Amino acid sequence: MEFVLAIIVGILATSAFYLMLRRSLVKVILGMVFLGNAVNLTIFSVARVTKGLAAFIPENASTLEGTYADPLPQALILTAIVIGFGTQAFAIALFRKAFQKVGDDDLDKMNSTDIMCNEDIPGDK
Amino acid sequence: MRSIILRTMTMYLLPLLLIFSVFLLFRGHNHPGGGFVGGLVASAAYSLYLLGFGIDKVKTIFRLQPIKVLAFGLFLAASSTVFPILFGKPLMTGVWYEHKLPIVGSLGTPTVFDTGVYFTVLGVTLNIIFTLFEDKE
Amino acid sequence: MNSILAMPVVFPLFIGIIMLFFWKHRSIQRIINALGSTITLVLAIYLTWYVKTSGIQCLYIGAWKAPFGIIFTADLLTMTMILVSAIIGFATSIYSLGTMDETREHFGYYPLLQIMIMGINGSFMTGDLFNMFVWFEVLLISSFSLVALGGKRSQLEGAIKYVILNLLSSSLFVVGVGILYGITGGLNMADLARKIPMLPNKGIVNVMAMFFLVSFGIKAAIFPLFFWLPASYHTPPAAVSAIFAGMLTKVGVYALFRVFTLIFVTDVAFTHTIIIIIAMLTMLSGVLGAASQMEFRRILSFHIISQIGYMILGLGLMTPLGIAGGVFYIFHHIIVKTNLFFVSGVVNELKGTYLLKKLGGVLKLYPLLGLLFLIPALSLGGVPPLSGFWAKYTVAVAAVEKGEYLALAVSLFVGLLTLFSMIKIWNEVFWKEQKAEFAAEQQTLRQLPKFKIAMMFAPIIFLAAITLFIGLNPEPFLNYANEAAHQLLNPSIYINAVLGGAQ
Repeated sequence: MEFVLAIIVGILATSAFYLMLRRSLVKVILGMVFLGNAVNLTIFSVARVTKGLAAFIPENASTLEGTYADPLPQALILTAIVIGFGTQAFAIALFRKAFQKVGDDDLDKMNSTDIMCNEDIPGDK
Repeated sequence: MRSIILRTMTMYLLPLLLIFSVFLLFRGHNHPGGGFVGGLVASAAYSLYLLGFGIDKVKTIFRLQPIKVLAFGLFLAASSTVFPILFGKPLMTGVWYEHKLPIVGSLGTPTVFDTGVYFTVLGVTLNIIFTLFEDKE
Repeated sequence: MNSILAMPVVFPLFIGIIMLFFWKHRSIQRIINALGSTITLVLAIYLTWYVKTSGIQCLYIGAWKAPFGIIFTADLLTMTMILVSAIIGFATSIYSLGTMDETREHFGYYPLLQIMIMGINGSFMTGDLFNMFVWFEVLLISSFSLVALGGKRSQLEGAIKYVILNLLSSSLFVVGVGILYGITGGLNMADLARKIPMLPNKGIVNVMAMFFLVSFGIKAAIFPLFFWLPASYHTPPAAVSAIFAGMLTKVGVYALFRVFTLIFVTDVAFTHTIIIIIAMLTMLSGVLGAASQMEFRRILSFHIISQIGYMILGLGLMTPLGIAGGVFYIFHHIIVKTNLFFVSGVVNELKGTYLLKKLGGVLKLYPLLGLLFLIPALSLGGVPPLSGFWAKYTVAVAAVEKGEYLALAVSLFVGLLTLFSMIKIWNEVFWKEQKAEFAAEQQTLRQLPKFKIAMMFAPIIFLAAITLFIGLNPEPFLNYANEAAHQLLNPSIYINAVLGGAQ
C-alpha cells in the first residue's frame, strides 16, 4: 500500500511542480492544488497505513484493544485540506482579479514591479 | 433557470432543510454531523431558493447581512472558548450543564462552539453566494 | 490560572469580531481598533514582566496534558516577539488613522489587521509544530488580503508572487511536520526535542532540518529564497508595508530560532554551518540589491533581507553571545524598519511618489522629518549611539569569539554598504533640490488636517524614541537578550517547563 501511495505522491508532486513552473496562471493554480494533494497523501503514508479499528476505548475497558488506526494523521490531513481549500479559493479570486487588471494570464506580463521599478506603473492610477 | 418545478419544490424544501440543518447541528457531538455540515446544509437551502427565485427574493426572507451572521457566529465560538476561564479552567476546556435539555441534549461550551461554527459557515457561504450573484446580475 | 497567556491571541480576535459587527462604519472601527491595540500593548508589557520574573509559563489548552494536547508556551524569546508585535501593532493602528484611505477602511482593513496580529502572536505562542502551521496560515491569509486590498495593478502582481511562494513554503512545512510525526510520533516541540536525539537514523533528522530551513527560509526571506519580498512589499499602502516589513519575515526568523535551538541540535556542525554560509550570502545579496534600487520602499525592502542575514548569523554561531545578539537584533530591527517605512509613507503623502528621481528638497521644508528619518536610518547602519550599533557589535563580537572572521568581515562590509544606501536616500529625498517638473503634485503639511498630521507623526516619534532609548541605555536589553539566549541554549529548561520534568 505504501508503495502505491509513494508512486502516486511522486506523480502528483512532479506534475505539480511542472505546472507551477508554467507561465499561465490557470496552470499555476492547478499545480498548487496538486501539490496540496501530494502533501496530504505524504502525511497519510508516512504516518503508517494500518488496517484496524477506530481508536475508541470500548466501554468497561481502560485501554485500546487489538490493532487500531492512528487518528491523528487524519486530523492533520483534514485540517490541511480545509486550510488548503481556503487559500486556494483566495488564490483563484486573486488570479481572476489580476487577469482582469492586466488583461492577460501570462505571468511574464506581470513583472512590471520588477522591470519598471524606477517608473510609475501604468495600471496604478 | 426559473423552472416552476424548482420553485414549487423549494417552497417546501427550504423549511425542511433548515430544520434538518439544526438537527445535524445538535446531533453532531457524538454522531456524524455538527456545526460545519449544518451550516452548509442551511446555506444550501438558501442557495436553492436563490436559484428558484433570484437574489432580490432571497433578501426578503434572509434580511440579515451575511457578514453580521458571520460576526455573530465567530463571537459565539470565541466566547465559548474563553467561558471556562470564569470557572478557573484553562482556555477551551469543555464546561457542561449537568442536566439534559429536551431538544438540544447535553448543553456545554462545545455545543455553543458548534453553534458558532454553524452561523460562521452560514454567513461565509451566503456572503460568497450573494456577492457572486450581485456581481452577475 | 495561566489563561492570561492566551490573551495576546484571543484579545485581537475579539477586537476583530467586534469590528465585523460595525462593518462599513469606518469611524467606529477606527476607534475600536486604536483602543484595542492599546490594550494589547498593555497586556503584552504585563505578560513580559510576568514571564521575566516567574520563568517559562505554559498553558495547556483544553486541560489536555503536555505531549498530547496543544499548548501555549511563553519563554523570553516568545515574550520579546509578543511585546514587539504589540508595539508595532499599536504604532501601525495609530499611523493607519492618519494615512489609510476610506475605500480600504470600508472593505475591512482594520479587522484584517487584527486577525493578522492574532496569527502572528499565535505562531509565537504555540508550543506545537502543527499548530504553528495553522497560525502561519491565519496570518498568511489575512496578509494576502491586506497586500491585495485596493486592487492596484502593482499590488495584484506583487500579491501573486507573495501568495504562490508562501503557499509553497507552507506545503513544505506540512510535509516536514508530517514526516517528523511519522518518525517520532509527536508534534509537541518539547516532546520532539526529547525524542529526536534518541532516533537511530541521524540522516533523516538532517533531511528534516533542511525541510524546515527551506520552508521557514522562504518566510524569512533568506538568500536564495527572498525574491518575493522586494517584488511585493513596496506595493501596498505605507501602513501595511510597515507592519509587513516589521513583523512578517520575523515570524520566519522566530521559527528558525525556535526549531534550530530546540529540535535540530543533534548535528550542529552540519546544520549551523549551512546557516552561517546562508547568512553571509543573505547579507551580501540584500545590501547589493538595495544599492541598485532607486525607489524608496524597494531600497528598504532589500535592506530587510540583508538585516535578516545578521539575525540568522547570530543563530548560526550558536554561542550564548551569538544568540543573544540575534534576539537583540530582531527587537531592534523590527522597530527601526517599521519606522523607516512610516517615514517613507509620510514623504509619499507630501510629495505623491516614492521614486527617488522625482523626490527632493524635503529637508528644507520639514527639518523635523529629516531628523526623524536620520534616527532609524543611522541606527540601521549601525552608527554608535543608536540601537543598531549595539546589535551589530554583539553579533560581530560573537563572530570573533567563534573564529568566524569571514562572517565578521562580511558583516562589517555590509554595515558600510547599508550606510551608503541610507545616505543615498538622504541625499536624494532630503538634501537635493527637487526638479521643478516634478514639484506640481505635492502638497504641503499645512494643507493637511491637523489630526492627520498628528496621527502620522506620533508613531514615528514613538518608535524613534524607543530606538534612542535602547541606544543610550542598552544594558537592560542586552541582559534580557542574554537571559533569553541562556534559555534557548539549554533546551532542558524549556522541556522541563513543558513536560514537567517527566523525563
